[in-house]
Amino acid sequence: MSSHLKTWPLSLFLGIVSFPLVLMYVYLVIDTITVTPPGSIIPEKFTLEDWRFLFEEATGRRPSIWSVTLNSFILASANSIVIVSISATAGYALSRLNVPFRSFFLAGMMVLHAFPTVTLIVSIFLILQMVGLYNTLIGVILVKASLLMPFGVWIMKGFYDTVPWEIEMAGVQDGASRFTVWRRLVLPQVQPGFLALGVFAFLDGWSEFILPQVLAPSSDVQVLSVYLAGLIADEFYFDFGLFKAVGLFYSVPVILLYLFFQDKLMNIYGGGSKG
Amino acid sequence: MRIVLDAVTKQFGAVKAIDDVTLEIVDGELLALLGPSGCGKTTTLFAICGIHRIDSGRILFGDLEVSGLPPQRRSVGVVFQSFALYPHMSVSENIGFPLQVRKESKAEIERKVDEVADLVHIRELLERRPAQLSGGQQQRVAIARAIVRRPDILLLDEPLANLDAKLRLEMRSELRRLQKETGITAVIVTHDQVEAMSMSDRIVIMDDGRILQIGTPDEMYHRPSNKFVAGFIGNPPISFADGKVEDGRFVTEGLDFDLPDRIKKASVTAGQNITLGVRPEYLQPDFATPIEAEITFIENQGREALYDLTLAGGHVFRSIQSGEPICKLGDKIRWGIDADASFFFDDQGKRI
Repeated sequence: MSSHLKTWPLSLFLGIVSFPLVLMYVYLVIDTITVTPPGSIIPEKFTLEDWRFLFEEATGRRPSIWSVTLNSFILASANSIVIVSISATAGYALSRLNVPFRSFFLAGMMVLHAFPTVTLIVSIFLILQMVGLYNTLIGVILVKASLLMPFGVWIMKGFYDTVPWEIEMAGVQDGASRFTVWRRLVLPQVQPGFLALGVFAFLDGWSEFILPQVLAPSSDVQVLSVYLAGLIADEFYFDFGLFKAVGLFYSVPVILLYLFFQDKLMNIYGGGSKG
Repeated sequence: MRIVLDAVTKQFGAVKAIDDVTLEIVDGELLALLGPSGCGKTTTLFAICGIHRIDSGRILFGDLEVSGLPPQRRSVGVVFQSFALYPHMSVSENIGFPLQVRKESKAEIERKVDEVADLVHIRELLERRPAQLSGGQQQRVAIARAIVRRPDILLLDEPLANLDAKLRLEMRSELRRLQKETGITAVIVTHDQVEAMSMSDRIVIMDDGRILQIGTPDEMYHRPSNKFVAGFIGNPPISFADGKVEDGRFVTEGLDFDLPDRIKKASVTAGQNITLGVRPEYLQPDFATPIEAEITFIENQGREALYDLTLAGGHVFRSIQSGEPICKLGDKIRWGIDADASFFFDDQGKRI
């Protein structure tokens, strides 16, 4: 940044604009550890009452938070692993190999990516019930991963497109098989893409609500988003303190991941355009 | 190793990239494939190394036919135009890669890498990454990687095109030294005739997928087989003038002189269209066949001066003379050409 460019007016403007957002986050935290009388914004007293869910055993009404978190974690990680491993090979094939119907696949992926998930939900429900994967995590994972797949393949294709052809030619000339070339010479160069896509797919699985809500509602396979929604679905028993505390608990991993991987995530937008 | 291309053809769709190319590369020579861009020289190179599968014809390495073999099973080292170093590996890993995929032992790889690194003078760079190297150093690494496994033949695709001018001169002699020292058979692809002339044992000139002439640099310069070769080789380039044969004389607007005896003896008939080609050094103030013209351009290069002479009929000839310019722009001069050393081409472009 050049020194003659004054940055403080800009900072001030951004500060004012983002202040309401900051306030929301601050109150998300404050509300979970205090008691505030209705109509006021000044908290009355400190309490950890709302965080009691962390230590609750599973009851008839709701499952234990830890088993739900584990389910969410499994869904997110499996989504990430499936997406990354299939995109790694599919993206390469579409970028480099002479696949039949290549342009058809590419165009089809764009359309699939834009397809609204909700419209498919009934048929997916029926299919899962027929094959016996209704109310299982595997069912949700398969559906979730396949819906995100076009995006993943497309992103990885973009990364592969930036690797120079001559590197592959050189590898082949050096005596390596096409597979070795892919694994030892090409993969290391699209590594940033994998990291970004992996994190992205994890977060996407973590935040998924509609699929697990419809396809795996029972308490032993519930994920955090469904658990959270369940808290306010009850007509007679609202506990906004608890809702906010669980909400905060739910978003902490997202914020942490973002803090660790923000540079890497930006690659997803750079990958397709360079070279 | 002796490499033979026998009637090789390669098509991309309807376009014939190389058309019926027959060529023998002698063991231990450095052969240059020279031609304008799109002439098929790089395609020929890729056909030899196996990246392009040929549509017809045969390629022989020694007595072994390799036409159907994939690149992995041909013993060919290639230096690509962009060098194509593996960016995530160190220099020594780059050079060792061809040995590693052959599953040679660690100690063996290390020994060979050190040996070849000494040969190309990059011993102190072995731990670096390609991104930390200059263009010339990257070039050396690429060469080291190509020759470390002692291939039958070394192919270089425009090896000097990505280097700056000073480095290009240095690498030109360096490449020649390496080739001589290792005794490897090498083919170099270039569009730069100076490179081809100065480095190679023999030159192959290609245009439009066909070989126009094969010969030593000297033959290329002094005995071009046709007009294209004459025009492509030589810097500053040859000048041409179209004319007619009349009564044993070459006649064109502004120029009229007796044809040399060797041309008269060759079967030229009166009225035949004929093209004169004069290299700049064969047009000098005191040469025999007179030429009257106006100086329309002077380029003083210090050691020598380059003149453009425009004849009354509009034909332009070039002359190069050592020393400072001896005349001014717009001067009317009467210089001479050496008709014996000049070329004459028939209407097909073939040299007579």
